[in-house]
Amino acid sequence: MKQKNLFIAAAVLLIIAFFVGAFYYQKQQAEQAAQTAAHNQAALVRADAPSFGNADAPVHIVEFFDPACGTCRDFYPMIKALMAEHPGKIRLSMRYAPFHPGSEPVVKALEAARKQGQFRQALEALFASQNDWVQNHTAQVDSIWRPLAPLGLDMGRLQSDMNSSEIASMIARDLMDAKTMNVTMTPEYFVNGKPLPRFGFDELKSLVGEALLQTSAK
Amino acid sequence: MVNSSTTSAWTLVFTAWLVATLATLGALFMSEIMALAPCVLCWYQRIFMFPLVFILALGLFPFDPKVVRYALPLGVVGLAVAAFHLLLVAGYIPETLTPCRQGIPCSTVQIQWFGFVSIPLLSFLAFFTINALLLASYLRSPK
Repeated sequence: MKQKNLFIAAAVLLIIAFFVGAFYYQKQQAEQAAQTAAHNQAALVRADAPSFGNADAPVHIVEFFDPACGTCRDFYPMIKALMAEHPGKIRLSMRYAPFHPGSEPVVKALEAARKQGQFRQALEALFASQNDWVQNHTAQVDSIWRPLAPLGLDMGRLQSDMNSSEIASMIARDLMDAKTMNVTMTPEYFVNGKPLPRFGFDELKSLVGEALLQTSAK
Repeated sequence: MVNSSTTSAWTLVFTAWLVATLATLGALFMSEIMALAPCVLCWYQRIFMFPLVFILALGLFPFDPKVVRYALPLGVVGLAVAAFHLLLVAGYIPETLTPCRQGIPCSTVQIQWFGFVSIPLLSFLAFFTINALLLASYLRSPK
């Protein structure tokens, strides 16, 4: 009997220690992330980043994303819906974080399509056809031309833009900014400069809700 | 009904269970909470550590001294993998000989407490302690 109690007490104690430790670790990490974000606002908001919605919107979401990332694809329509719920109140800026192997040329193509005014169309076409050009977490740039074909892009211009140093340095800067902001996974969101306390759409939604309340109170 | 040598054999197996559970929860904490990706060798050590939590617990109630027979092979192989990992991190075995092909190279040191305590060292110590406790329990058990 004594042995059984000892065993149960030890098991319960260890499990409690695990969860208490996890709670404090995550809390500390979240505080640290918030501090990093607060100190590095310049690396977060770049004027030339592609963005959606009202440029003067009170709530500014900055997203670090990879077109090859499945969660980025799944979140995209959800954020669009959130923006539609609050018309004119939310601006979404997209920052490139091509973490998947092979993803960088795809980002280059996306940015080159943006130069032809087709960023949204190209992004949506890439997300919709993601399963065709991302295999085993590796992006295959050769397979993106078919889904992009209906956009009617000037392919010669697109190819030469893709090879431009301007786009290469923009991606390099975005990756540096991601590093500065401690972004290691995509998608990562910042709402008016604040990181999500934990990853999840509900967390994003509540952070946006808070920001909306704060700005409407002013 | 319970003689003292049985009690001390039980306590030794119980302590081995404590070490295995601590190591298991620690490994889960580092991979799930701290988001440190386990390398290939870490996975092999996990394969031999995690089942000990259940095998040793089942051997405690009712106490079955034969549990050592089932648990020790896991502990010994786990210790061998941990020793290999330690030698690899220390640079005695070149990385090319390891099974790590992609992801985190096993020679990467992700944590270093007090300047020398790394994850493979913790794993080695845990396996070593478990094996020692199980052997001691085997020797103490009434034959």
